[in-house]
Order: sequence, then C-alpha cells, then structure tokens
Amino acid sequence: MLSKKQARAFFLGGTLVTFLIFIGLTIFSLSKDVDQTNHENITEAVVRGKNLWDSNNCMGCHTLLGEGGYYAPELTKVIDRLNVKYNGSGEQVIKSILMSPVPWQPNGRKMVAYGFSNEEAEDLIAFFDWIDDIDLNGFGEVVGVDKSISPIARERMNNQ
Amino acid sequence: MKYKSQKVAYWFFALSMALFVLQLIYGFIMGFAHAGFDGLHEFIPFNTAKAVHLNLLVVWLLSGFMGAAYYIIPEEAQIELYSVKLAYVQLISLAVVAVAAIIGFHFNIWEGRKFLEIPRGLDYLVVVNVLLFLYIILMTLYKGKRRTTTALVLTMGLFFAALLYLPGMIPFDSQVTDSFFRWWVVHLWVEGVWELIMGGILSFLLIKLTGVDREVIEKWLYVIVGLTFLSGVLGTGHHYYYIGVNKIWLIVGGIFSALEPLAFLAMALFAVNMYRKGEKKHPNKLALYWTLGAAIVSFVGAGLLGFAHTLPQTNLYTHGTLVTAMHAHLAFWGAYAMIVLAIISYSLPNMTGRKLYDSSRGRMAFWFSNIGMVGMTIAFGVAGVAQVYLERIMKIEFMEVQKMVEVHFYILIICATLFTTGIILYIIDFVKHGRPTDEALEVHS
Repeated sequence: MLSKKQARAFFLGGTLVTFLIFIGLTIFSLSKDVDQTNHENITEAVVRGKNLWDSNNCMGCHTLLGEGGYYAPELTKVIDRLNVKYNGSGEQVIKSILMSPVPWQPNGRKMVAYGFSNEEAEDLIAFFDWIDDIDLNGFGEVVGVDKSISPIARERMNNQ
Repeated sequence: MKYKSQKVAYWFFALSMALFVLQLIYGFIMGFAHAGFDGLHEFIPFNTAKAVHLNLLVVWLLSGFMGAAYYIIPEEAQIELYSVKLAYVQLISLAVVAVAAIIGFHFNIWEGRKFLEIPRGLDYLVVVNVLLFLYIILMTLYKGKRRTTTALVLTMGLFFAALLYLPGMIPFDSQVTDSFFRWWVVHLWVEGVWELIMGGILSFLLIKLTGVDREVIEKWLYVIVGLTFLSGVLGTGHHYYYIGVNKIWLIVGGIFSALEPLAFLAMALFAVNMYRKGEKKHPNKLALYWTLGAAIVSFVGAGLLGFAHTLPQTNLYTHGTLVTAMHAHLAFWGAYAMIVLAIISYSLPNMTGRKLYDSSRGRMAFWFSNIGMVGMTIAFGVAGVAQVYLERIMKIEFMEVQKMVEVHFYILIICATLFTTGIILYIIDFVKHGRPTDEALEVHS
C-alpha cells in the first residue's frame, strides 16, 4: 500500500519533472528557429496598434487568435473576410468603423464609438495585418476565407 | 474556533460575499446584452462588464482563499495568527485595490488582457498586498507548534499563486508571446496552483467533518495534487494550439490536458470515500453538502466539460466560441466558488457561535444555485455548439449567428435568476449568523 512518504515523492518528483519539461518546451517554442509569427515584421506601427488594442480592451468583446470576449467577431483574418465581402475594400471598411463618431451596430449590437484618428486606425490595421500572416496551425483557415465555403453560406452572402 | 485571531477570516468572507453579488450584477448586464438588450451600453459597455465580471470573480475567490487560510492556518499550526492588525491592513488594501480597479474599468483604464485587466500601477499594489498576506501566513507557520501537510499544501498553493502573477506583468511587443505568458498566470492558476489551495481546504474540511485519520487524508491529498501538476503543467499546451506557436503543443497539450480530468476524478472519489469511511457524523450538514458538492461538480465542470473540448481536433473549431464559456462557468463554480462557500459554511457557526446547521434556507441555497448553474451551463453549451456549427462549419457571419442563438440567452437569464436566488439565500444565512465573537471560543470548547 502506498505510504505518505511515497505519495509526497510522487507529488514533488512529478511536479519537478513536468515543470522542467514545460520550461524546455517554452524555450524551444519561443526560439527563432521555429518562429511562426514573422517576428521580424513587427513594425513600430504594429506595436502601436497592439497598444491601442490593449489600452482599449478590445479583447473584452472581440476575440483575436481565438481569445477574448465572444461578444463581437473574431478579428484574425478580418481584413481577408471583409475584402471578400466588400470587393477588396476591407481596410477602408475597418477604418471607417474605427474612426466612426457614433456606435457601429451590425444587427443591433453596438460597438463603442472610439473615434480613432486616421493614424490610430492605420496602426490597428497594421496590427491586424501582422496577425493575419501568423501560422496558426490551421485555425487561420477555420476563421478565414474558406474556398470550400458551404453553398448555403454562399447563397446568404449573395443575397446580402 | 480555537484561536481568537481566526475571527479575521469572517471579514475576508464578508468582502467575498459583497464582491460576489457585484459580480452577478455585471453577469446579468452581459447576459441581457447577449439577448439583445444592451440599454446600459452608454455607461457600461460589454467590455467593461466583462472585465468587471472576470476580475471580481478572481478577487472574491482570492479573498475567500485568504479568509480560509486565516481560519485554517492557526488551527493547523496551533498558534494565534502572527499579526491580526496586519491582516486587517491587508484586508482593507485588498478591498481598496479591487474597488479602484473596478472604477477604473468604467473609465477605460485597464490592460486589455483577459483576466489580467488590472492596470500596471495597481498590479504593484496587488504584489505588495499578497506579499503582506504571505508574510503573515509564513510567520504563523514558522512560529507554530506543528506543520501539517494540509497547511503546507494550502500555503504552497497561495505562495505559487503569488509567484505566478509576475509573468503576467512582463510587457511584450508580440501578441503571441504576450498571450503565451498570460496563460502562465491564468492556466497555471486555475488548473495548477489553485487546485492546491482547493485540495488544502478540502483536506481540512474532510478531516473536520468526517473524522477520518489525518494521515490517510493527507496521503491522498499528495496523490491528488501530484496528479494535478503532472497533468496540469504540460496541459497548459491546450491554450497554445492555435495562437501561433509550434505544433509540438498539439501533441503535448492534447495528451496531458486529456489527463487533467483524472486529478478531478481522484478528488471526487477521495471526498466521497472519506465521507463514507468517516465514523464521525458532524452536525454541520450544510458544510458537508458544499464540500462534497465542490468535489463532484468540479469533476463535471472542470474535468468532463474541459475534456469535451480539449483535444486539438475538437478545439480547432470550438476555440474562441461560447463553448469555452460553458466549461468556464461550471468549472469555476464547482472547483473554486463552492469550496469557498464550503469553508464559509463550516467556519461561520464556529466563529459566531450560532450553529444554524442544516436550515432549510441553507439547503435551498445549495440546490437553487447548483441547479441554476447547471442550467446556465447547458444554455451556454447549446449556444456554443450551435455557434460552432453555424459559424465555423457553415461559414455564416458572426453577427447573424449571434442573432440565431439569442434565444438561448433568455434561458440563460432564467437559470441565472434561479442561481442568484440561491446565492441571496446563502448570503441571508451568512448575515443571520451575526458577527464573530470571542464567546464562540467557549461555546466550541
């Protein structure tokens, strides 16, 4: 029968081993050789965009990389999706939403009217553009523009 | 109650209850907004309500854990708390930080990082507050007459919870790295060190309520927390599948997070078995309800429902949908909220001397809140699965899908009303117990 001493050894040993593996995997997955984020493309505009994203808690409603509030659309691949919907004017549409002085409200659900400046809106677009090029192990295809889009969805889009 | 200083726990529990009620109010604001009624948008937009709802959850649970520690540690170490005055300073500063953060959220003062929205300046105050708390606890243990496994596991949990707050304070330019280390805090808290805290409180309650030998209970406590870390640390990988890091996490995260339910299953079996084995039938039936309830509901909410969407092939479609909200609600409720309510139910009669055991109001509080929460979980689940199918498979636009699933939020609001009724009844019971008193020492002995 297991003794208390053996149970303690299992706890301490198991914790130490898994934690060391975890640290090793962290170092590996953040190393340059296996980078999937195009880290070199993080420009000053992208960083400014990220700061705007953070300081306005956009994640409180939207999701990005699948993380956030589940109340407003996923913004990974948003430029691609809106390009398809608005014949290549995706960035313009995003800009007008971000700069709008009145709440944007698709289907009645309101977004805060941030009234960003032109430069701020461009920084946020640069941030989304950088996000769009990250290799997300298949998630990008799930939330992006799928070529094998279902006929029902295509019909709906055509009717709009 | 064996030591006068244990009374300080009461005020941490009182703060917990106040913040819990506030959390529910903001939950309703979000539920109504999802159902299409966002009349408060001008004053409390959804992202404000969300930040308040999440942060109040964290703070009221932490306040409950701290109260639990202030109650449990003196009894385990067989000595008065190192400093009651400092404990009150810590309580007041915790309340001030929480209120300041919440007010700030209404004025666009935050960091937009889910669960860690508290702005950087207040982060430092959180660190000071937690250091003060740890100082009081560690000094009590140091000066104590005995060091039990229960006290050590509880203290380790609280110590590592404090340590793990730090990676969340490092600034990064990359959203991916930022997210990577955000999970070091959030995941390693809720699926790691918080389980130590839960295990420590559960162990203390089982020793007191069942009368089973401490050695037996503490041996299994080691096995459970061992399983928790064995699966939970590398299980962090399930947050790394699709955020822009290497595919190796699909394998590592998939395997180890699939093992995570084992720790919760062990916890449920452990609690039920100790209850059956116990010869002592403690009259505080309500504390027993909440204790066994926490062990069982955490297995369903955290273990089973977590497993339901943790495999990479499922998570590819459920990632970032309401399916996560389904799992999160029952998991937090079962694992952490219920264990805090359990320690309050156990300690309150001991601190106040009013032994309101087994009242019908207390039983109604238990059943209403649990049935309400299960209903909410089902509503989130149905909305989430429908969202996955319509949005991710059928490729219908997000907002159209949200319109389609709106009806499930009516059900959610009804269930949340039942849940809230249960919590109000619990709080009425809390108030009816009156204030803690030194006279309770004599009553107990």
